Amino acid sequence: MYFNVFGEKVSRKRYKEMQNAAKNRRELIAAGLSGRRELMKLGLLTAGGMLIAKDGLSSRAYGQQAIPPSGSNQLCLPGNQAASPRTRAFIEPLPRMPITAATPLSSLNPAPTICPNTTGGEVRAACHQAPELNPTMFPFPPPRVYQMHQRAFKGSHSPDLPMQTLWGFDDGTHGPISPGPTYQANYGIPQMTRNVNALPPLPEVGGFGMPSVSTHLHNAHNPSESDGNPCDFYGIGNFADQYYPNVLAGFSSTNPPNGDINESLSTLWYHDHRVDFTSQNTYKGLLGFYCLFNEFDTGNEETGFRLPSFPEFDIPLAFADKVYDEHGNLQFDLFTLDGIIGDKFLVNGQIQPFLQVEPRRYRFRLLDTGPSRFYSYFLTDLNNLNAVNQFWVIANDGNLLPNPVEVSTVRIGPAERVDVIVDFSQFAGKTIYLENRLLQINGQGPVIPQGFTAGIPGDTAASQVECNTGLDASGAPIAILSDILPAGKGNLLLQFQVSGTRVADNSVDPRSNPSFYQLPSTNTPPRIIRTFKFDRLNGQWSVNGQFMDCNDFRFTVSQNSSEQWILTNLTGDWTHPIHIHLEEHQILTRNGLPPTLAIERSRKDVVEVHPNERVQLFFRFRDWVGKYPIHCHNVVHEDHAMMALWHIVANGGDNISVP
Amino acid sequence: MHDLSRRKLLSLAAMAPLAGSLAAASRPGAVEDTPAMDRKRIQHKNFPNVPLINHEGKQVNFYDDLIKGKVVTINFFYAKCDEICPLVSANLAKVQKLLGDQVGKNMFMYSISLKPEEDNVDVIRAYRNSWHAGPGWSFFTGKPSDIESIRRGIGFSYPDPAIDKDKTQHIGNVRYGNEPLMLWAACPGVAHAPWIAESFTWMMHPELNRVQKS
Repeated sequence: MYFNVFGEKVSRKRYKEMQNAAKNRRELIAAGLSGRRELMKLGLLTAGGMLIAKDGLSSRAYGQQAIPPSGSNQLCLPGNQAASPRTRAFIEPLPRMPITAATPLSSLNPAPTICPNTTGGEVRAACHQAPELNPTMFPFPPPRVYQMHQRAFKGSHSPDLPMQTLWGFDDGTHGPISPGPTYQANYGIPQMTRNVNALPPLPEVGGFGMPSVSTHLHNAHNPSESDGNPCDFYGIGNFADQYYPNVLAGFSSTNPPNGDINESLSTLWYHDHRVDFTSQNTYKGLLGFYCLFNEFDTGNEETGFRLPSFPEFDIPLAFADKVYDEHGNLQFDLFTLDGIIGDKFLVNGQIQPFLQVEPRRYRFRLLDTGPSRFYSYFLTDLNNLNAVNQFWVIANDGNLLPNPVEVSTVRIGPAERVDVIVDFSQFAGKTIYLENRLLQINGQGPVIPQGFTAGIPGDTAASQVECNTGLDASGAPIAILSDILPAGKGNLLLQFQVSGTRVADNSVDPRSNPSFYQLPSTNTPPRIIRTFKFDRLNGQWSVNGQFMDCNDFRFTVSQNSSEQWILTNLTGDWTHPIHIHLEEHQILTRNGLPPTLAIERSRKDVVEVHPNERVQLFFRFRDWVGKYPIHCHNVVHEDHAMMALWHIVANGGDNISVP
Repeated sequence: MHDLSRRKLLSLAAMAPLAGSLAAASRPGAVEDTPAMDRKRIQHKNFPNVPLINHEGKQVNFYDDLIKGKVVTINFFYAKCDEICPLVSANLAKVQKLLGDQVGKNMFMYSISLKPEEDNVDVIRAYRNSWHAGPGWSFFTGKPSDIESIRRGIGFSYPDPAIDKDKTQHIGNVRYGNEPLMLWAACPGVAHAPWIAESFTWMMHPELNRVQKS
């Protein structure tokens, strides 16, 4: 009887393949490559060393024998899943997205209108709230106007993969790219984007993707009609004008006239949100950053909070994990309900790039674009694996913390962001890696499934030990004792080549414990406490036992009121990153206790709800009215109905406590 | 990269044939898959062309006769299932009414038995009649191993093998798609019937615009 790394029975043929794969690997090592570390640097053990061995096309890598793919080339891969071809690591520079170029108003045809220009091809649910509310504060048209076409383009995520059709955003100056160009936005300067669907028609799309879009600006304090709601979508040739007021929460309610400075947002991102097809469309490339500045977070390290200057020393990093077929073409598993885990790791659209940095402080804005993977980031020096390399988290979900928090690691899930400060002066002349050391083998989240043990008891086959645990430099197996892998054994994501030359650095030293924004009070009594149970019923992702329906508003919030929401995860081994549109929340408790992680004493827009956890959140819903969703941001779950629509009305919120 | 000499890189390349599986991976000059290749890949990976028997006793092949070139919905049931199945079947009956004569003309609905050993042709015909299914909504039985390959092919399985074996917990979703356009999604079988019907229409009209008024 033969078993794979999960202790599942496999055929004799499959077992032989596994052994051959292990043999290949031993031969490689014997042939003079000193060990794993070197293989990994070459990207030969693939994009991420041993983790890769357990990854596959999707969560179905675990527990399922899919129809065997032809040409599988993985070293030791459970479940007969396809694996991506080899790509070399750290030979291409990190792509730096350009700043989104504005468009002259005159180039918009037809001219923008406050109410939707339906006959002109616009698809928008309502008239713009902002200019109607306050035409002085929110003029129409606003001072900054952009036009973004969603288009297909030929690109490649690695020089070892062929040029292929991807989807991206085209601002009219930089051409279609993915991630799209980065908005450099400012509080007090409203702006508008005309998002035009210029995607190719089916079936030219090929493989996956729906040329029907709704572009959401994630975490913006935006009126509903400009939010990019999943239920407002449009086909090729249509457009939506989305008005982004760039205004602080509370401006027309708790803190008139300019809003609460302590509600300032910094790192937002935009992405497609088309109901049922978000995972496919974002995987194909429809996403980008939106950085919002003000008089404190200025983008200039000589003013305000003196954070490293944008964009030279303040760099957005979009992380994604993907899978490619044997020809090197991007693959998406259309037929999973669980989640998709890739075996290639991209930063800003490039597999394992490098970045040359100066020995000074940088701000990185880390974004997990999903679809389903969680990351625990570490700074790794492959020549000194025992070193604990510290850095500072300054923002959670793009919201600056009261003070920097010094850490050796930080974890995020799909759609979460952290802004960090890394001081490379301590690494002058060295090569340092940003490494994901979180073990995740399927869409469930970073939980080791039952039956996943270090080695199969009573079976000493070297292939299984290797596949299961990897080898250290001496060839001895490494036991996996937690979901955090040893340094150097995770996924090397990004290589920092630190120059040895000293340079000027006028940015604030986080060691001096500077203060940013204070946390807004959560003492306001909630108008209502609502409970949301996230569950899986016969394979169907549910919220309170019900399913996404665009025609169904599950509950009504009273404008400018406070509420408490309790999110409960009943799905056993699954972790759900839950996102709520419009305003951030603060985590009051996890299973009855205040959050223990310092970085969770913050404003957030995505909360990881872990297995058997009950998370209590504080909300205010200010300034705007209209519809918004609450949903799981494991986008595969989201696309399978783990979402609920609710709305805000001026008067008369309801009292539905279990919507 | 600093640590690697060019010589080392070359020696590594020379070794590639040794590692057979690795050598196959490197394909400089590979070209992009065409949509036709993508379609074939989905066919081979997800739609086994296994025989099924419909409620009239007629034998069909899953891919060739039911999927290829069509807009379809696929779900699973078994006649003696008394929890999820009747809810889904009753709901799909409502969906069929809402879609009217589009079902059978522009799209086809398929319900496949998870317990084919119990659900022979007579049973699935009676089951179908109990829901007053109209034309275009067909019920199928077949060989257990064939049905299992369909279920896995369309991704209706659990990552936990123990749960996966328990048929009372079987996946209640409905897979829906347009095969030639390679458009595939799924929705819960007990979601609101009008919303399911609306989702199915996207497969026939992917160009549809939509706004939701509050």
